[in-house]
Amino acid sequence: MSNKAYQRVYTQLDGITKATVSLKAEGVSNDELATVHGRLAQVVKTKGDSVTLQVFAGTEGIPTNAEVSFMSQPPTLKVSEQLSGRFFNAYGNPIDGGPEIEGEERQIGGPSVNPYKRRQPSQLIPTGIAGIDLNNTLVSGQKIPFFADPDQPYNQVMADVALRADVDKIILGGMGLSNDDYLFFRHAFEGAGALEKIVSFVNTTEEPPVERLLIPDMALTAAEYFAVDKNEKVLVLLTDMTLYADALSIVSNRMDQIPSKDSMPGSLYSDLAKIYEKAVQLPSGGSITIIAVTTLNDGDITHAIPDNTGYITEGQLFLRLDTDTGKVIVDPFRSLSRLKQLVQGKVTREDHSQVMNASVRLYADAQNAKTKLENGFDLSDYDLRCLEYAKDYAVKLLAIDVNITIDQMLDTAWELFAKYFSKAETGIKQALIDKYWKD
Amino acid sequence: MKSTGKVIGIVSNLVTVRTDGPVAENELCYIDLDGTRLLAEVIKVSGDKASVQVFESTRGLRGGDSVEFEGRMLEATLGPGLLSSVYDGLQNNLATMKDVFLKRGEYTDPLDHEKLWDFTPIAAASDKVKAGDWLGEVKEGWLPHKIMVPFSFKGEYTVKKVVPAGQYNIDTVIATLVNEDGEDVPVTMTQKWPVKVAIKAYTEKPRPNKIMETGVRVIDTFNPIAEGGTGFIPGPFGCGKTVLQHAIAKQGEADVIVMAACGERANEVVEIFTEFPELVDPHTGRKLMERTTIICNTSNMPVAAREASVYTAMTICEYYRAMGLRCLLLADSTSRWAQALREMSNRMEELPGADAFPVDLSAIISNFYARAGMVVLNNGKTGAITFIGTVSPAGGNLKEPVTESTKKAARCFYALEQNRADQKRYPAVNPIDSYSKYLEYPEIIEYLDEKIEKGWVEKVSKAKNIVRRGKEAMDQINILGDDGVPMSYHESFWKSEMIDFVILQQDAFDAVDSITPLSRQKFMLDFVLDICAHEFKFDNYEQCRDYFKTLINLLRQMNYSEFESADFRKYQTEITKHLSDNVQ
Repeated sequence: MSNKAYQRVYTQLDGITKATVSLKAEGVSNDELATVHGRLAQVVKTKGDSVTLQVFAGTEGIPTNAEVSFMSQPPTLKVSEQLSGRFFNAYGNPIDGGPEIEGEERQIGGPSVNPYKRRQPSQLIPTGIAGIDLNNTLVSGQKIPFFADPDQPYNQVMADVALRADVDKIILGGMGLSNDDYLFFRHAFEGAGALEKIVSFVNTTEEPPVERLLIPDMALTAAEYFAVDKNEKVLVLLTDMTLYADALSIVSNRMDQIPSKDSMPGSLYSDLAKIYEKAVQLPSGGSITIIAVTTLNDGDITHAIPDNTGYITEGQLFLRLDTDTGKVIVDPFRSLSRLKQLVQGKVTREDHSQVMNASVRLYADAQNAKTKLENGFDLSDYDLRCLEYAKDYAVKLLAIDVNITIDQMLDTAWELFAKYFSKAETGIKQALIDKYWKD
Repeated sequence: MKSTGKVIGIVSNLVTVRTDGPVAENELCYIDLDGTRLLAEVIKVSGDKASVQVFESTRGLRGGDSVEFEGRMLEATLGPGLLSSVYDGLQNNLATMKDVFLKRGEYTDPLDHEKLWDFTPIAAASDKVKAGDWLGEVKEGWLPHKIMVPFSFKGEYTVKKVVPAGQYNIDTVIATLVNEDGEDVPVTMTQKWPVKVAIKAYTEKPRPNKIMETGVRVIDTFNPIAEGGTGFIPGPFGCGKTVLQHAIAKQGEADVIVMAACGERANEVVEIFTEFPELVDPHTGRKLMERTTIICNTSNMPVAAREASVYTAMTICEYYRAMGLRCLLLADSTSRWAQALREMSNRMEELPGADAFPVDLSAIISNFYARAGMVVLNNGKTGAITFIGTVSPAGGNLKEPVTESTKKAARCFYALEQNRADQKRYPAVNPIDSYSKYLEYPEIIEYLDEKIEKGWVEKVSKAKNIVRRGKEAMDQINILGDDGVPMSYHESFWKSEMIDFVILQQDAFDAVDSITPLSRQKFMLDFVLDICAHEFKFDNYEQCRDYFKTLINLLRQMNYSEFESADFRKYQTEITKHLSDNVQ
């Protein structure tokens, strides 16, 4: 984002909070960028001749006589093929020591796709992880977050998913990434030799939190360039959206807005929806798929952030530690892919949805047996078999370290059925039993 | 002369304008942004300052930009061609927009002005008419679409002339009326009406007196909604709100369906307009899309237009109701609408009510629900709007302002439950907490006595009692253990499971099971209640469990078979045999 030749400069601030400054200025346009004391800021409020600016890097040390110059345009990103393989900060400036990008300058946070011009998502995105592919199949154009406690390895899982997914471009939007996680992504991408199809926008914990607010729009502007202009299949990774929402609440708080639930701004739903709804299957064949991370506080999904997210996204992938096997698994009960029926049994094998339902139902029976056991009741033979099956199922299919094809997942499930249950106990349609049962 | 003004303040989509003349509450204005005209609505006036909510992004707007007031409120354009259209919240036709992306300031015409319609006159010269009276009729798909005296006409008019039958476009003057002052007033096939004002071109609004069949058993059998009634579906995410609403939209016994996708996912709307043109309306055999209008303001579209979308949808329903048609309005989700109100109230720095919602939220919601209902038109015919809204309570907690306000306004309550959804018991409507106030209406009881059978409502409450007792028994079993309770507890638990699996649960994706006509619902309820009345004998709880599991499986196979088909009869016979195997 370069400065323009025409600039209006002011040197008298009227007010300073931790995230905003205000001053008297004229002819200022809404959402316009400015620099305040050399730091990037954006117009968030105009009242008469008084203008309030949100300073992304925070206002520490800004004096009342700081120089403010307006740039006459909202935040932009230069887009071209040169983005590929590069790492940028929240302002879209390179942080990998490489040259500046040449390309068309586009405003970030642009308009929405006309819903009528969308197409129904229909392409499978295989990840090799059975907890996803078998139970919660992903489809291009979908938006889905991982719900995980901060101690879960969600960034590793997301990197695995991204690198295995059959897509043309991967755009990483890292918000409040620890430096270690940032380096992890960098090494993972470099190590996979996939760097040329990856674009990264990163804000680390060392950088000011309000800067994070730019990351999703930067990442999605790049994504729209590849999906719309180049008809590519783009996968956008956003981690961690909880930290993004926290930054929103900081700004709204500094602007004296009345908080709603969990001290989040009343507009949280719309703010998150504007990001997630960028996921789209375009008529021209390009698509944007969004996989995000929403970290939870001790599995609490009723908190405003995961709650609003759940109402916006097309399902969620819930990571948890399975204490019986010591594996991190994709929880089959609390996870959901709302678009899975668009590909299950259509792109994948005919037995997919029945096998999925039966295996989850039997896993549920195992949970009931476990409750009985804990309450000191006697277990039946069926209960005992369910418990054994659950362990096998967790290790061979639910664990996040599984990496097999969907056909192999289905075959594995059939093997488990045959090992622990009778045909009738699975409740699967007779025709499929006849065809796939492993004796 | 129109008032004008200058922008003096901007916070997100709330803009303050200094005006040079009179402005009205809810009046529209256009803000000029370097040649792009942004539509906005006045929501507060104080002195010469008007606060307007802009229906578009305000990026780039500056203090001093000029504003032109329109002297009218937000209006819906009404006329033939509304059905099968896809509109945004301001009734812009989304299908005729060219770009893949929505362009700021691009407003498209809701109706096709070229298309010719087959017009037949109804009124004749010298007839006395008033607002809402029928002048003629065109065929919109298979529906008789009445051309009416515009709702804005006050007083009595005399018909001077109606054009003869023939093909006309919507702008043709099809009738000339003479008003009380003796002046000629032309009438075309289209008219405009401010969406936030209810259309009251009817003589009375009686209590609903029949039920609207939805084909969904948990609704029709357990808690039916009246034609012209109101209901709401609250539930946490992932509980199947949208699937249930789509099922009602596909199967509801109505002439016109208006779906307001209000602040929800765009892909869900894509599903509607991908599938509805192919799906067949079970009542008429016509394509579903022919009777459907979609108002779509998805979550990423401007918030102020989201608020407008539900009003636009209601106005279109009121228009068709005045033709003597039965309309069904589905709004998904009214919580997003309430949130839009909250965002604006917040920006205007109003003192907030609970959870930062505006204090008048409850009044706004009940006013809106009150626009539904059955009405008697000027000519004695009836029309109805049945309204079902979904509510998305924060954290799935029903003790929140939107759910509580809606509960006061709506007569049917379909509580979707996380627990049932987790167990894949769909539709996840809680059978005990949910209710239909219409079951208490004497006229509805009488209607059901006639339509289904005498004493039907009592029969339904009998079934509800079995479910309730079953739940109590289950609680005891969970506390005392399988062996710690008498056999009768197991029996009553399994009877309630049978009603749950066979009547309450329904496969929305199965061609046969997804839609159950009332006659079949009656048959199944009778059949299941007969089984419940059977005297069973079990030696132990495992025997009881296995016995009922088999029974439930057979009953479900019946649900999956065509009514009274050979398969259906086969399973029925098997069940009868299964029952005779267990006698005391």
